[in-house]
Amino acid sequence: MLLLELYVFVLAAFTGYMVISRVPPLLHTPLMAATNAISGISLVGSLIAAGAAHSRVATILGFIAVVCATSNIVGGFLITDRMLKMFRREGGKREAGSGKRQSVRS
Amino acid sequence: MRDLVIQISYLTASVLFILGLRSLTRPDRARRGMQLAAAGMAFAIVGTLINHQIVDYRWIAAGLVLGVIIGYPMGMWVPMTAMPQRIALSLTFSALAATLVGIAEYYTRVNAGEALPRPIMTAIAFEVLLGTVTVGGTLVAAGKLQEVITSRPLTYRGQNLVNALLFAVMVGFFVLLIVHPDRQALFYALIALALLFGILLVLPIGGADMPVVVALLNSYSGLASCATGFAIGNVILIISGSLDGASGFILSILMSKAMNRSFTNVLFGAFGSQTTVGAKSAAGLSVRSTSVEDAAMQLAYAQLVIIIPGYGMAVAQAQHQVRELSELIEARGGEVKFAVHPVAGRMPGHMNVLLAEANVPYDKLYDMDEINGEFDRADVALVIGANDVVNPAARNDKSSPIYGMPILNADHAKSIIVLKRSMAAGFAGIENELFYDSKTSMLFGDAKKSLTGLVSEVKNV
Repeated sequence: MLLLELYVFVLAAFTGYMVISRVPPLLHTPLMAATNAISGISLVGSLIAAGAAHSRVATILGFIAVVCATSNIVGGFLITDRMLKMFRREGGKREAGSGKRQSVRS
Repeated sequence: MRDLVIQISYLTASVLFILGLRSLTRPDRARRGMQLAAAGMAFAIVGTLINHQIVDYRWIAAGLVLGVIIGYPMGMWVPMTAMPQRIALSLTFSALAATLVGIAEYYTRVNAGEALPRPIMTAIAFEVLLGTVTVGGTLVAAGKLQEVITSRPLTYRGQNLVNALLFAVMVGFFVLLIVHPDRQALFYALIALALLFGILLVLPIGGADMPVVVALLNSYSGLASCATGFAIGNVILIISGSLDGASGFILSILMSKAMNRSFTNVLFGAFGSQTTVGAKSAAGLSVRSTSVEDAAMQLAYAQLVIIIPGYGMAVAQAQHQVRELSELIEARGGEVKFAVHPVAGRMPGHMNVLLAEANVPYDKLYDMDEINGEFDRADVALVIGANDVVNPAARNDKSSPIYGMPILNADHAKSIIVLKRSMAAGFAGIENELFYDSKTSMLFGDAKKSLTGLVSEVKNV
């Protein structure tokens, strides 16, 4: 199991490196916000800690972790979207929006 | 069956996360891609909620509701100018979540009288160590960015020695804990030390180095999530944590390259505290200050204006006036481009976000490499609250602390107008020869006021 997890770790880190090194400096702040939102995935561990009813201490620690992780997910995805919405090309088209919206606006 | 559903939801989420991050290579696809990633997150959460280990949903429900109540304002109402400290604070949250899960896991297992296997103990120790260092570090970083704590480096004699000792003790505790997982005192002492270490690590680092620090802590918090995944045997945590870690790692490398400094130098160099030594002194040189009217005249008749925004623009919140001025110059037939240095501002991409907020189209924002060749044909380089990133000393003064840092070639432009509050030195505490150049004229005063003045003058030309 541990070996399998190491495989996953190495391959995911490699994929992450390949994908993220192509993000242009223009979008580096949205990138940080986006990875913050994705790091809210620690909610998965928090939910189990908060709901497994092992002990009062574990439940409360899990509860605080759930609050932290959830606020990162909600806040992170909302702010990434807010930022990406602002990036537009010349001519007033909101390029970062969906294809439909562009054709309506232009 | 239930386990299969859970695993499929995690797999879907992982793929959507990677696709979401990949979409960030193109501004026109990014928004859609991140919506996919958010959907992936929903899959992962639903998948987890049906996990048979969860028997009591009351605390979970309360936590989710409270999290949404805190997260919504953090997403919707925080102004773009407060983005650096907001990012730092959300790193605190994610590292705290990882740490608490680690503590809960340890507490549960040890109190159940279980013998913790070494690999699990190692993972938990890494998790709380990285997590707590990040919590301490990001709290200080957020405080500095919000200016609750002075953004000047706080240094004292023997600082690096204290940090090195602290680090050595931490490593010792770490190893002991893995050998004797049941010694609870060690575990909690390690957490306390890591918190202290995180705080002491960031305190001596100055405001302008924050892009590197925030990126580096981002990478730590990702690795902490990764370690959580190893500790509780959860693959999606490992995947997302390594994506997060890779992103922070890449950004911190890019940032320190853009400053021509190594990680160690940023972390232990305490730049800007005592560095005037060796820099050329300003004695005997004079600056030429100009009036709003003259500067407006220059801008109005320029064919190509390259605007160089810096942290000063962010402080004065002058991005809207900048956009207005650029539109006026364009309406008169001139061309305007923006030159963005990778470390301008307080976080990676800071200037781009502020200018995008002010409605500057992103195809006018150029990276250093794209724009540096064009300064030779620029009539005016308009420097707004930037200093070290245009200091020619980085190119030609070997004794300068910033020697070797790649800079924007503002001095190649036919004329240079610098908007600056006063003649105070930049963050690095060094004189900037550009200000004494015969082609340069200085427009002193608050950037927002100067720009408002320029806008109304250009209108009247």
